[in-house]
Amino acid sequence: MLAGVLTSVAAGICLLLVVLMLVFLLWYTWPAIRYNGLSILNDITWNIGNQYGTGSSVHNGVAAEPGAEFGGLVFLVGTLLSALLAMVFAVPLALGVALTIVYRLPERLRLPVNALIELMAGIPSVVYGLWGTIVLVPWVGNRVAPFVTHHFGFIPFLGGDAGSGNGLFAAAIVLAIMVMPIMVATVRDVLLAQPKSIFEASMALGSTSWQAVTHAVLPSVRTGIVGAILVAFGRALGETMAVLMVAGNAINILPHNIFSPINTIAAVVVSQLESAVSDASGVAQRSLAELALVLFVISLTVNTVARVAIRGQDRSH
Amino acid sequence: MVSRVTRNVAISRLWWVLCISSLVGALLVLLSLFGFVFVRGVAAIRPEIFFTVTQGIAGGLANAIVGTLLLVTLAIVLVVPVGIGAAVWVTQFAPDRLRIVVRLSIDVLFGVPSIVVGYFLYVALVETAGWGFSLVAGSLALAIIMLPYVYRAADLAFSAVPRDLVEASVALGARPLTTFVRVAFPWALPGTLTGLLIGVGIAVGETAPLIYTAGWSNYMPTLAPTHSPVGYLTYVVWTFINEPFKQSHQLAYAAAFLLMIAIFVTNFVARAGVEYWASRTRSHS
Repeated sequence: MLAGVLTSVAAGICLLLVVLMLVFLLWYTWPAIRYNGLSILNDITWNIGNQYGTGSSVHNGVAAEPGAEFGGLVFLVGTLLSALLAMVFAVPLALGVALTIVYRLPERLRLPVNALIELMAGIPSVVYGLWGTIVLVPWVGNRVAPFVTHHFGFIPFLGGDAGSGNGLFAAAIVLAIMVMPIMVATVRDVLLAQPKSIFEASMALGSTSWQAVTHAVLPSVRTGIVGAILVAFGRALGETMAVLMVAGNAINILPHNIFSPINTIAAVVVSQLESAVSDASGVAQRSLAELALVLFVISLTVNTVARVAIRGQDRSH
Repeated sequence: MVSRVTRNVAISRLWWVLCISSLVGALLVLLSLFGFVFVRGVAAIRPEIFFTVTQGIAGGLANAIVGTLLLVTLAIVLVVPVGIGAAVWVTQFAPDRLRIVVRLSIDVLFGVPSIVVGYFLYVALVETAGWGFSLVAGSLALAIIMLPYVYRAADLAFSAVPRDLVEASVALGARPLTTFVRVAFPWALPGTLTGLLIGVGIAVGETAPLIYTAGWSNYMPTLAPTHSPVGYLTYVVWTFINEPFKQSHQLAYAAAFLLMIAIFVTNFVARAGVEYWASRTRSHS
């Protein structure tokens, strides 16, 4: 049974990989967890401390450079806000696209449209980031933001400084475009898995096609759609490069409106590592690992809930 | 007075118009993206970029092209035995309970953000193990990211091998290994290959997990497994577009263009090519 042994080793690697990642990150992060306490979640200041100063700053027996503070609130807020706003844009769009593909598209257009949607899902993050930097950000900065802040400034979070274009709004748009194909594909499959008779029975009772969709089809796939949204949300939370390129790299400041520069956990791990490496105490690098761990746990939670939802949908038919 | 029916029909029409416009909108965004990358990319492609290495923020892309190819090739070599091996074990040997556990851990792996994989390997290999920025660290990052794609496709493909074919082979007196090699494996190969190619497409376009594992180098990659950083195309797109020089922007556009071509080709071969090949081989057998 050599084959059985060899392949079981491969399966063991798959199994241990995630555990190893979690355990190792936890072990490596431990001093930072002790140094930062809760401030990693509720402090807005990220400061690696005075590298040329004397003495050190000690919390819970862990020493860092004087004045060092590793607050992750700005990045946590940026991560959640950008992903949530992306969902606001992406969910209606993805539902519309999926419904069109399933109920309105002529047979011969279905294959090419599906292929394009799949291609969209395969475009690299940096290419979206490049397009975002050169096409989207100037458009937001020169047209959208001045227009919105000028005419709709009375609405909270829409008024104030229009900014340069780099910020929460641009990040959310790029994220929405990036996660939309995943959502479309999942919702489309959920809709196609539903028996056609639901739609047809509703039509036969005299409803319009839109009533058939909203009153008969969508209620029966509710959990599947929630699952699709959560999978996309999980993706948006962990997306790095495109966000890094358009979000504006905010540090030590919370966004005050929808066009403010932000930063996300994923982006800050990339943009702050070089500075963190220069921290002689090493706590900065470990704090970045702690942020990565926080992101890991959030993604894990969102994905687990999504999976439960999708599985519930599968069981219902 | 408008009748209720007329009103409902009008409402239905209106909503469908909105749905169809969202599809049109999505396709327009895609068109803007393609148009942008292709127009700027084609203008930026010169034959020299394939033969010269990057010099600071100018020069060519030879090091990045070779680096991407090396990183992805080694990642394929690493991921194939693990991903396909695990799928074979789960579908052919595993007891029910463990089968669920392996599938679950792959699902979890799918949800791990690529930057977390990258930072984990940076901390573990580059720093703690002292490998420095290196080919192996970068390829391992890509392999971990490809693993769920390869595993899932292989699992699906081996699960879909028709039972009667396997039973017929056994009934003819074939040994289990022969049945596997001559019946199950050929049947599952196309589906597995599709998954592998989609994984390759993802790997070619990855940036975040490579920045702190493979690093970056202006020179041609050496084949040294450790202590030698490797350049790759996505890095050029990310950093060179932020330089204030026209030559560096040209290189970023050229790199983005090459990436898109590579991803088009792998996606096309993964879906259309493999399907065509599978339909031919299956109809012959």
